Amino acid sequence: MIATRETNQGHVTKPEILATPGSPDELRRLVRAGADAVAIGERRFGLRLAGEFPLPLFREAVAFARENGVKVYALVNRIMDNRLALELPDYLRELGSIGPDAVVFGDPAVVMAMRQLGLSIPLHWDGEMTVTNHAAAEFWGEKGAVRAVLARELNLDEIRSFKRRTGLEVEVQVHGATAIYHSRRRLVRSYLEHRGLAPLDAGMAAGLYAVETERPDLRHPVFEDEDGTHILSPDDICLLDLVPELVAAGVDSFRIDGLLKSPEYNEAAVRAYRAAVDRYAASPERFEPDPAWLESIRRLQDPGRELTYGFLFKEQIY
Amino acid sequence: MKKPELLAPAGSLEKLKFALHYGADAVYIGGQRYGLRSNADNFSIDEIREAVRIAAGYGAKVYVTANIYAHEDDLEGVGDYLRQLEEAGVAAIITADPAVIRAARRAAPGLAVHLSTQQSTLNWLAVQFWKEEGLPRVVLAREASLDDIRFIKDRVDIEIETFIHGAMCSSYSGRCVLSNHFTGRDSNRGGCVQSCRWRYDLYGPGGQPVGPVESDEDRFTLGAKDLGMIGHIPELVNAGIDSFKIEGRMRSLHYVATVVHAYRQAIDAYVADPAGYRLRGEWMAELVKAANRPLNTGFYFREPGAADHIYGAEDKPLVDFAGVVLGYDGNTGEALIEQRNFFKPGQTVEFFGPAGVRFSMTVPELRDESGRPVDAARHPLQKIRMKTKAPVEPMDIMRRRLA
Repeated sequence: MIATRETNQGHVTKPEILATPGSPDELRRLVRAGADAVAIGERRFGLRLAGEFPLPLFREAVAFARENGVKVYALVNRIMDNRLALELPDYLRELGSIGPDAVVFGDPAVVMAMRQLGLSIPLHWDGEMTVTNHAAAEFWGEKGAVRAVLARELNLDEIRSFKRRTGLEVEVQVHGATAIYHSRRRLVRSYLEHRGLAPLDAGMAAGLYAVETERPDLRHPVFEDEDGTHILSPDDICLLDLVPELVAAGVDSFRIDGLLKSPEYNEAAVRAYRAAVDRYAASPERFEPDPAWLESIRRLQDPGRELTYGFLFKEQIY
Repeated sequence: MKKPELLAPAGSLEKLKFALHYGADAVYIGGQRYGLRSNADNFSIDEIREAVRIAAGYGAKVYVTANIYAHEDDLEGVGDYLRQLEEAGVAAIITADPAVIRAARRAAPGLAVHLSTQQSTLNWLAVQFWKEEGLPRVVLAREASLDDIRFIKDRVDIEIETFIHGAMCSSYSGRCVLSNHFTGRDSNRGGCVQSCRWRYDLYGPGGQPVGPVESDEDRFTLGAKDLGMIGHIPELVNAGIDSFKIEGRMRSLHYVATVVHAYRQAIDAYVADPAGYRLRGEWMAELVKAANRPLNTGFYFREPGAADHIYGAEDKPLVDFAGVVLGYDGNTGEALIEQRNFFKPGQTVEFFGPAGVRFSMTVPELRDESGRPVDAARHPLQKIRMKTKAPVEPMDIMRRRLA
């Protein structure tokens, strides 16, 4: 702790605060609350999006962001099948004409399609839980990636090492739910059918959750979409206390993931991290977190979901 | 017609020998680093050299899995390790992590790299990408349909490997960290504890249960049935799949031998005479005996639905792997058998082997290696003499029917 703060004496490069709004209204709200960047897209190509930004809305969002000095990243990060890959070049061409600050990808089809189209939009590599080491990031860096979106399962030491050894920017999720399981199968629908039960809305907004029988206190949100079935963490990451450590580690972007959260909640989270980052940058040696920041989030926090450090201090075995 | 490679798992040198003896064209094994089966008996470099030597005797290839998603500390020494694999003569590594691909290119440029299914590759553009990276083969996602595979084969000139038999992740491979959350074991580094097969309760909006909660009856689960494509060999061959892969580095040699044997016969029969080919019931019957879960066709023909997941109790096995034939004396009609599980006189056993041995019999009186009568084969790996109804050969397998 002391050592990390010493390394920051003098000046601090502020990390970007990145939000994932689900609508144009929420986008404006989060930008006003202090977001430096937003990641948006359409569900056809983007993974687990909180909402839809079809191309006309995407274009408006980019215009609004430019006026406000905010960056826009296009989420094109689904695992793609042939059908989707066929539609991909047209979509990328349209995006290219709008000019987002980056395209966020997971499937190499995006790299291939951009190469074939001669498009050169900076790429962010987001392979979800597979983004685990700097050398893989360097590989994608050679293909045009300027940023790696780190796996949520890395601990703080690994984040430090990753950043120290890569020339790419690193994005770390600092707040919100994390995805822990993704299947192409429709598992809720199959189960209902097996039980002879009537179909049920199992979409993102439906509020379904699964509880593993030995862990009755942990509620895992479950939903189905065009991409299959998703299961989310039973708790929310909250790294507000760790702003000094993360800045010292050189983390370039703090991601506040708004999935399954209200715009009000996301706004509170963006404000809290904005305040923490600004105060820390102004005076790293004398930084003290303000309890009101966390309180403003807690006030809106689902009581069934704890705020935790995720895997930042966890030892994992294998 | 191009004959596909039949690729079998081998969790140990012994299993490797059986996989090859029963007809595999290639085997994949885990080395001591970077493999996704951290509990398997992984191979040392010396054992890998030995594996390559044994396989060469069958004209077969050895692939080594290096399919974890490495964390920072795992990468130390990766180049040296890959160089050792290259020098040991392995035909390729199977990997998903671009860090390993990059390291192989630098440290072991002669070592072929196959892209693992852990990359969940489902489209031809991604396959084209890996081809341009110099990879000769991609193992597709288990979510690929037969149409997807044909589409890719039509557009990209590259070897395609797909799973045809065995257990499957119900998630996209690599996109599941349930084990990490529940047990602190990293699923993408070999620590998977198969949390998808645990039981869950599902609740709807407002906390009302969906289906039975806290009962033993069919609760919500994520577990998939096993893949079994024996009924569709012609479609798979005609789609141009280059390598047919069997899952199961953790399975017994009985399992590996049985599954390899069934697919070997089916592939050979189809390629020899496509017009006259017919599926033989005994192949399926054999696979069902070896299986520990019901089988289905995965994503090959349609998206899996209600019938493709395991909600109730898992089925009980039908047979028990009882022994391996070490030798046979034609003069006395007596076999020397290495015990693999308890058996005793009066029980029904069956023998099978790659040269066509196949019969059932009642276990007669038993003697140990020195000729002393014993009432049962109760010691692991004990050598037992017993008369058999028909001649048997070394490496034939004896199994006991369960009631």
